[in-house]
Amino acid sequence: MNKTHQYDVIVVGGGGAGLMAALYASRTSSTAVLSKLYPTRSHTGTAQGGVGAALGSEEEDHAEWHTFDTVKGSDYLGDQDAIEFMCSEAIQAVYELEHMGLPFSRTAEGKIAQRPFGGHTNNVTGKPVPRACYAADRTGHMILQTLYQQCIKNHVNFYDEYQVIDLIMVNGAAAGVVALELLTGELHTFHAKAVIITTGGHGRIWEITSNAYSFTGDGVAITMRRGIPAEDMEFFQFHPTGIYRLGILITEGVRGEGGVLINDKGERFMEKYAPKVKDRASRDVTSRAMYLEMRDGLGIGGKRYLYLDMRPETVNKYATADGRKRSDGTPYRVTGEELLNKLPDIVDFARTYLGVDPVSQPMPVQPTAHYAMGGIPTNKFGEVVIDEQNTVLPGLYSAGEVACVSVHGANRLGTNSLLDLIVFGKYAGLRAAEFANGAAFQVLPPDATDFGRQQLEDIRNSDGEEKAYTIGNEMKSVMFDHVGVFRTETGMQQALEKVRELKERIKHVRRPDNTKVFNTELLNIWELGNLLELAEVTTVSAIARLESRGAHAREDYPKRDDLEWLKHTLAWTEDGKIRLAYKPVMITKYQPKERVY
Amino acid sequence: MQITLKIFRYDPEKDKKPHFDRYKVEADPHDRVLDVLEYIKGNNDGTLSFRRSCAHGICGSDAMRINGHNRLACKVLVKDLHSSRIVVEPIMGLPVVKDLIVDMEPFFKHYRSVMPFLVNDEPTPRQERLQSPEARERFDDTTKCILCACCTTSCPSFWGSDEYVGPAAIVAAHRFIFDDRDRAGGERLRILNNQFGVYRCHTIFNCTEACPREIQVTKAIGEVKRAIATGRLD
Repeated sequence: MNKTHQYDVIVVGGGGAGLMAALYASRTSSTAVLSKLYPTRSHTGTAQGGVGAALGSEEEDHAEWHTFDTVKGSDYLGDQDAIEFMCSEAIQAVYELEHMGLPFSRTAEGKIAQRPFGGHTNNVTGKPVPRACYAADRTGHMILQTLYQQCIKNHVNFYDEYQVIDLIMVNGAAAGVVALELLTGELHTFHAKAVIITTGGHGRIWEITSNAYSFTGDGVAITMRRGIPAEDMEFFQFHPTGIYRLGILITEGVRGEGGVLINDKGERFMEKYAPKVKDRASRDVTSRAMYLEMRDGLGIGGKRYLYLDMRPETVNKYATADGRKRSDGTPYRVTGEELLNKLPDIVDFARTYLGVDPVSQPMPVQPTAHYAMGGIPTNKFGEVVIDEQNTVLPGLYSAGEVACVSVHGANRLGTNSLLDLIVFGKYAGLRAAEFANGAAFQVLPPDATDFGRQQLEDIRNSDGEEKAYTIGNEMKSVMFDHVGVFRTETGMQQALEKVRELKERIKHVRRPDNTKVFNTELLNIWELGNLLELAEVTTVSAIARLESRGAHAREDYPKRDDLEWLKHTLAWTEDGKIRLAYKPVMITKYQPKERVY
Repeated sequence: MQITLKIFRYDPEKDKKPHFDRYKVEADPHDRVLDVLEYIKGNNDGTLSFRRSCAHGICGSDAMRINGHNRLACKVLVKDLHSSRIVVEPIMGLPVVKDLIVDMEPFFKHYRSVMPFLVNDEPTPRQERLQSPEARERFDDTTKCILCACCTTSCPSFWGSDEYVGPAAIVAAHRFIFDDRDRAGGERLRILNNQFGVYRCHTIFNCTEACPREIQVTKAIGEVKRAIATGRLD
């Protein structure tokens, strides 16, 4: 037997996008949030540096500049109508967060404080512009807390620690979800008129990652099993500054505040790769530069890491060399105390995990798997679209990292992820509620839970001795080596073979015990299955794309090819095979140009 | 280095009462305790159950009692324990569900009881409400809270009575009471001015010692007590 619940709108995932969607949907519709974690544990909370919006608190700025920077940052793969929409909505959305109580850091006049971030520029001078609205270096934490607090205030319904395992479709429309209650091991059916998927990313495919254990690509895996395509999965961002070996993120805000990357010879090497903005180039450019330095033997001590240096003497030396000034025209100078106040968590991470005090020593860093540009295809209202003609699937919505609008195209700019989730979370919530208010509940099939239940039964009845732990490690290692910052046909084929081998081996995984209460072993195996499916889709999409664009950098096809490849990839799983098709990029004002920083 | 972990185990479907299991494993001194737990779960005993997510001290999932102190398992390195013997138990004062997993609902109930959200019904300006850097600084420390429960479950007063609202809820209240944009400070002070409110705090400082975010918890509670006593927020 299983329990059935009924809500107009079901939100799957309790991070920033999910909570924003729930806040808006619950204004007019009965709404529940299902999350496999307590919502405050969601990965939004780890975002550090800021949320992008052209408020112009500190310097002149315009939504149009933000739009162009995002288009350019996306290496022209972003859909320009959606980008323009996001960047103009950004300003109101950030003020709205402030009205909800978000404790932004403040300028001397009491306005929301802003700092520069990679790829965000004054479009006239080409120089970095402070556009990232921040709350110290815990902006994501404050967004997540504030939205959760508002949900409490507005009595949003929560089902915490419920793992959604399947999407119920009736007559080609979304009709609910099936979820496992972690506490009891029972399956629940959630009958809904509209479903919003906001489950986050899948960085756990890679060995070195900034992503939480929970980032296992559940949303994309679930929808692909129901015949919905995944868009642009070959584009996954490697953030330049992860803590060496652990991958924990060191915010780009460190470079925004004047920190620089240094190689073994003590050189600030970004001057060579991005002469104008240097250490504040966009993330794909910086990660590639770091790889090239390390390949030339210029990693620290010849090893696979470089230094991120935010010591005040270093910051001040290069700020002088760059002629950097504060908004009041005085030369840019920092003290150790000021850096401590602006970046307290970074200082804490460095002390805890590296035993390094970043105010007096440089931090060892390496590129870390960070963000999925690809995901469930949607339009700019968060409606899921399922083919080359952008046909809307009734009742299904998606927002945040799991979705692909696409506003990030081939490479996301820092601060645009938090922006993405507040803007598109809001519109997904509004649209879902509007749809629900004009629709009736569909009749659920009697076997609604069977497909999900069977997936768990298959794991419970497995007959082999394979360790999920080993399978996971083999996937992460081959994906990091061959489907990472730089890619080749040979390497990716090797990875694909390996991933397919692992997909077979997981069918013979050592079976978990049959307890019901918090059977985390069972769930971890199910999650690993999702990661393997997404690893395969990522690799197949990447092998097919014969060019380099944004985060997809191929050594065998080093140039961007707008004639052939200015298009989005769509990937379907059909009978165990992956089928690819393509759809055009929406170009409005900005024709593709060469991308230099 | 070789280390021995002694881990609290309880499976409600199999065990009448809890027991400890011992695991001998090879660990790098720089491993997080969480890495070691993951290793054991992956290689020795898949039934070992605990919560975890971000693995770097921000999500607040993996609060545990490690060698007698409330810590996040992802924020303690093996070398920092200065011992090759590590005892891991669930945090105290909340019912154990399974192994290292406790029922967090009583904790969140206390959190919700203090109105942990900004209250201000005045018309909002077109842009942001202005707030001086000094006014923002006034409640900075308590905005860091990640609701991990390390503080509340280290507090002897909470162990004594789980009706005590606990340090984490007072920290949440403090964050709004001292925010000059908020208008419900008086109401929150009334909520905390009762027998299960701030006066259960006997300034033992366990909470401050336990906080993985280095929030000055006892100081914040003291400021709330003073505000109740004086009726002033200075």
